[in-house]
Amino acid sequence: MADITAPLQGTVRVKASPDETALRALHILGFLFLALALALPLSSLLLRAFQDQQGDFVGLRNFAIYVTTPSLIQSAWNSIWTAALTTLVVVPLAFAYAYGLTRSNMPGKWFFRAVMFLPIFAPSLLPALSLIYLFGNQGMLRWIMDGGSIYGPWGIIGAQIFYCFPAATIILAVALSTADGRLYEAAEALKASRFRIFLTVTLPGAVYGLVSAAVVVFTLVVTDFGIPKVIGGQFNVLATDVYKQVVGRQDLNMGAVVGMVLLVPAILAFLLDRWALTKKSATLSGRAVPYRPKPRAARDHPAFLLCLTIALTLIGIVGVAVWGSLIRFWPYNLALTLDNYDFSRFDTAGWQAVWLSIKFSLMTAVLGTALVFIIAYSLERGPRSGFLAGPLRFLATIPLAVPGLVLGLAYIIFFNAPGNPLGIIYGTLAILVLNSMVHFYTVCHLTAVTAIRQLDPEFEAVSASLHVPVWRTFSRVTIPICLPAILEIAVYLFVSAMTTVSAVIFLYGPDTKPASVSVVHMDEAGQASAAAAMACVILAISLSAKLLQLFMNGVLGRFTSAWRR
Amino acid sequence: MPMGVALDAGVNAGVGADPGTGQGYLAIRDVGKQFGSFVALDRVSLDITSGEFVSFLGPSGCGKTTLLRAIAGLDPPTVGRIIQAGRDITALPPSERDFGIVFQSYALFPNLTVAENIGYGLRGTAWPKARRQQRVTELLELIGLLDQIAKYPAQLSGGQQQRVALARALASEPGLLLLDEPLSALDAIVRLHLRQEIRALQQRLGVTTIMVTHDQEEALSVSDRIVVMSQGRIEQIGTPEEIYGAPATPFVASFVGRSAHFSAKIHTPAGQITSHGLVLPAMAAAPLLYGEEVEAFIRPEDVELFPLSAQSAGSFEARITGLEFLGPVCRVSLEANGLRFEADIAPSEAAAFDTSPGARLLARFRPERLMVFRSNG
Repeated sequence: MADITAPLQGTVRVKASPDETALRALHILGFLFLALALALPLSSLLLRAFQDQQGDFVGLRNFAIYVTTPSLIQSAWNSIWTAALTTLVVVPLAFAYAYGLTRSNMPGKWFFRAVMFLPIFAPSLLPALSLIYLFGNQGMLRWIMDGGSIYGPWGIIGAQIFYCFPAATIILAVALSTADGRLYEAAEALKASRFRIFLTVTLPGAVYGLVSAAVVVFTLVVTDFGIPKVIGGQFNVLATDVYKQVVGRQDLNMGAVVGMVLLVPAILAFLLDRWALTKKSATLSGRAVPYRPKPRAARDHPAFLLCLTIALTLIGIVGVAVWGSLIRFWPYNLALTLDNYDFSRFDTAGWQAVWLSIKFSLMTAVLGTALVFIIAYSLERGPRSGFLAGPLRFLATIPLAVPGLVLGLAYIIFFNAPGNPLGIIYGTLAILVLNSMVHFYTVCHLTAVTAIRQLDPEFEAVSASLHVPVWRTFSRVTIPICLPAILEIAVYLFVSAMTTVSAVIFLYGPDTKPASVSVVHMDEAGQASAAAAMACVILAISLSAKLLQLFMNGVLGRFTSAWRR
Repeated sequence: MPMGVALDAGVNAGVGADPGTGQGYLAIRDVGKQFGSFVALDRVSLDITSGEFVSFLGPSGCGKTTLLRAIAGLDPPTVGRIIQAGRDITALPPSERDFGIVFQSYALFPNLTVAENIGYGLRGTAWPKARRQQRVTELLELIGLLDQIAKYPAQLSGGQQQRVALARALASEPGLLLLDEPLSALDAIVRLHLRQEIRALQQRLGVTTIMVTHDQEEALSVSDRIVVMSQGRIEQIGTPEEIYGAPATPFVASFVGRSAHFSAKIHTPAGQITSHGLVLPAMAAAPLLYGEEVEAFIRPEDVELFPLSAQSAGSFEARITGLEFLGPVCRVSLEANGLRFEADIAPSEAAAFDTSPGARLLARFRPERLMVFRSNG
């Protein structure tokens, strides 16, 4: 029997339960993963920017060369102004579209909602190829250009508008949908005009959404590689510079310098977005009543027309790519053919690239989802005192700020370094999978964290009191409840891996060329129709994955309707 | 009943002198918890007897939940010792302790049926399938939800869900039942009903129970003993009658029940205090020295009212400032020389007075009920 009168011995040291030990081990695992696959490669990139070809430390000399090379400075400026102009066009368009979706009573909202996601499922090269079909040297609508060329800033901006539209619209639709109907009723009761209500209620509620959307679009444009590669022509931007330095000139040091320049807007955007995130919390109190728009023709008809125009343009751009891929010889012989889909005629990898992409995307989806979800769970429900929890949380948010090209470059420098035992994965499927898991980590992590936070925080405490180990509750309760979020993460990873170019263009090996890289190569070789065909194949596979997810959600919903509210 | 034992078990009383025999079921010694520089629990000691129903009562942030979570091992204390049934559990993780717990949120697993929830902890060789089913049925009968066995939590009402959570916590017959604000999420009528049900169940099973609550009425109605806490310390431990009738500190006097508070001085002859120019007989003031500063509290039901014409020792003239009809009683707000207080009178009695605002009458604080505490004692 324990003696209560025995003297106390200092601070209580709690015996760790097997659950706690297991969750702590997961912290270590997650930390090691992100340290090895993110922090170390980025550090070697950083180091490389201060070295010469021989690996000697040269201080800021590389940066001095950079700022004194007019062509490089010109590219940076090109990146900035095309991104700024794209932002200025996309954000108002996306705002109008999102406004129509959330604040009007127009018909066919489900259709507009579905269409706005279309660009997500295609590689960014697809709109660029479409614009070339329409306005290029052999374009059907070339006369619109009036002697100007689509190859250059206008082509880049046009394609970027298509490519960035969904991201901006999603952010703004979320910002506009969290409105308190009572504020509008109060404003109306106070006899405010519609314009005044828009200025004093609607805009303030959406202002952080607007900041966030602008920041995201700007970053997407600056860091995208596919579009300027295909339609940029002689117009250089930061992303194509990195590629040229690394692949063309084999100058990893200057590549690292340009990569770090590319990192600057991305990090600034990341910080600005996080600031906006902290500001917008609690715009909607628990007592708010959701805003329900009443029918009003003066708003609904223009909204419908505008959304229809935008939606048809999005479909049209995809349609042109699909059509172009089915045409024998654009624009002279418009007979339909499937010849362009016989990829082995254009590229030695042929359909092999498609199978490889599917394999690589599936592996990324399966391994990535498991890893992200388990690490997120250990962070959310593990020991709060864990000394690795803080650093791990921080590392998990970094990938969002790292452009794919920069991560890819960091991987070459780190994994290809002589003496790195991990170098064996260089040029294999493994490095593609690892790179993609890290590149898309943050969004998945945040999705997982959101899903886990919706569970009662006391599930683990109850389980412990019932002497049930944590892994059992994890598999019997947490996973079944979070299944929709897990599917969402898996499909996001799959689609991202299918469509990405920038992250993998430096990393594929002779036997591991993904379909998206194949598009770039076929376009470089002047096989625009085959490139479009391959882009369409990627689009079809990504869309199928999304449709499969929706179908499975439906099935799951039927099976779990009894316990889901 | 454990009541007798409970009565004399004070903060530091009753245990420790004779180890092994004087110890209750649960002994808490100098348990403290610090978050950085914030002291959530300040070396708290407490003994709980087997079969007792004890409530931790206090405002939010007083440390009651911290203490409960320390007992459960969910947030272990930084210092101190906790002994349950003769076993030192201070440093054990929750999974190695012996308790069942019910949370305010119920924490029922939404994807498992009522039966699966209740049987969640009944696993392993000790619980073959037939025995587990029998136990689940038995518990469902106990909480009167046998007909809901195949339903999911979302299909039950809040009160039913909380009963299922209770059955789950009791399933493997733990020695200690912990209830963390179990009724706070329920609406008022269900709450009244369920608290009596919990009490009846607890008495029937004889399980030692600790309930955390901020609702004093709840604590008063079901507990054998109440532990009133404030700012990480125990203010008083006692039966509901003691807590309400003889609060040990000004905090308890003001937190439990309703009372008017005023500063006063000890007056002479002994047994009187003075405040706002009034001299008030107060039995609690008898042992205190003349001139000492005190804090005084008086409950509305301990104030008597008379017509101005009546003669009553210790009464003083007061003016009515408001009247509130509460059903069984009328609460009269009064003021005398700037001293504000309230009196509860029966509505029939109220008819005998002129209760319009500004009306004057005589008021008297019952000397044996006037609560007096040394200032900053």
